[in-house]
Amino acid sequence: MHSYMVSKMSSKMVGSNNLAHARRMVQQLRVEASIERIKVSKASADLMRYCGENAKYDPLLTGIPASENPFKDKKPCIIL
Amino acid sequence: IAYLLTHPSSICAFLKMACQGLAKGETTNTLKAESESLKAKLEEERAKLHDVELHQVAEKIDALGQFVMKTRRTLKGHGNKVLCMDWCRDKRRIVSSSQDGKVIVWDAYTTNKEHAVTMPCTWVMACAYAPSGCAVACGGLDNKCSVYPLSLDKNENLAAKKKSVAMHTNYLSSCSFTNSDMQILTSSGDGTCALWDVESGQLLQSFHGHSADVLSLDLAPSETGNTFVSGGCDKKANVWDMRSGQNVQSFETHESDINNVKYYPSGDAFATGSDDATCRLYDLRADREVAIYSKDSIIFGASSVDFSLSGRLLFAGYNDYTINVWDVLKGTRVAILFGHENRVSTVRVSPDGTAFCSGSWDNTLRIWA
Repeated sequence: MHSYMVSKMSSKMVGSNNLAHARRMVQQLRVEASIERIKVSKASADLMRYCGENAKYDPLLTGIPASENPFKDKKPCIIL
Repeated sequence: IAYLLTHPSSICAFLKMACQGLAKGETTNTLKAESESLKAKLEEERAKLHDVELHQVAEKIDALGQFVMKTRRTLKGHGNKVLCMDWCRDKRRIVSSSQDGKVIVWDAYTTNKEHAVTMPCTWVMACAYAPSGCAVACGGLDNKCSVYPLSLDKNENLAAKKKSVAMHTNYLSSCSFTNSDMQILTSSGDGTCALWDVESGQLLQSFHGHSADVLSLDLAPSETGNTFVSGGCDKKANVWDMRSGQNVQSFETHESDINNVKYYPSGDAFATGSDDATCRLYDLRADREVAIYSKDSIIFGASSVDFSLSGRLLFAGYNDYTINVWDVLKGTRVAILFGHENRVSTVRVSPDGTAFCSGSWDNTLRIWA
């Protein structure tokens, strides 16, 4: 995507030591493998609950009247 | 040992191995095998918990109604593509940056320009408002992130007070203040992210792990602690511990560059926009992708994403000049917004959620509500 403006960094790290790199990969994967996970059903329920609890505070979701939204135009005044 | 003593080159190799603290018998091959087995184990663990899809759980909630969102303000003034923007915490000011080298601060209510700075480089790809509202940070092809205090005196030359904070070895793609004006987090085409002290310019922590340009970062909402997420040209989204520099989680399901990452408001998930024409949602506690926002008719890359305040809506700007609004839970599109006359490069919801702003390669910014 960015080739139009700059050349991307080479994907090979300059001067990488294969052994050191392999060790880092393994250490990184050990960290990632060790985290605690929850089921998608529970995670989904929590996301839904958050949306539900906060829906009323979400002006773009509920739509607030023009009088309360500084960006929406108020009805123009007619000077008689 | 006798062998080693009679063969000097072996001593060197042996000492080298010893210095690297290797376990007995550890070689590139054994490490590679362990690496593969850990990856398989990760996939297995993640799959065990994949009991249902988010959109299935969301079937029981009401669908959203029709959305009417229109352009309420158009901010004209940049001479070239708008690349980035950020809202001030006062909910009305905006900073934007452009390929023309200019950084402009606007009052979005009135569309007046309040400040303008000319950078020494073109392609100012990143800009951010300081939490206090008293400064802005920006950078791009100059490989730096600089902070400009905003003066109340409109005639004052802002460039005179400029402070260079971050130095990368390739372009600056994104920057963000942390919870105060004192620290800035940056991402770069050099493949790293970094945390800097604004006052001294000192590097506080660097974050290595991406294997190509990092294009975007987002800080976790303050309640969730010291982490941030980054995404880049290696198609990965990484979550980092800011204090230790450790990459704690990594997600690789996109098929092309990740252009933008944004946290879900609760901090439990984040969304991405990618050149593969999809946006995706990753849940941090389930440790996996939980939704894909895509349509066969959407074939251009998504450049930028942001959530509405409740997290129910995802606004995404695309390279086909449109903004698509997605129902985050059900995975469906609820609106498509036309107006820009070139790629949408940036989309940000205002701090109080009353509007969102889009910036485009058509040189303008639009406020939608």
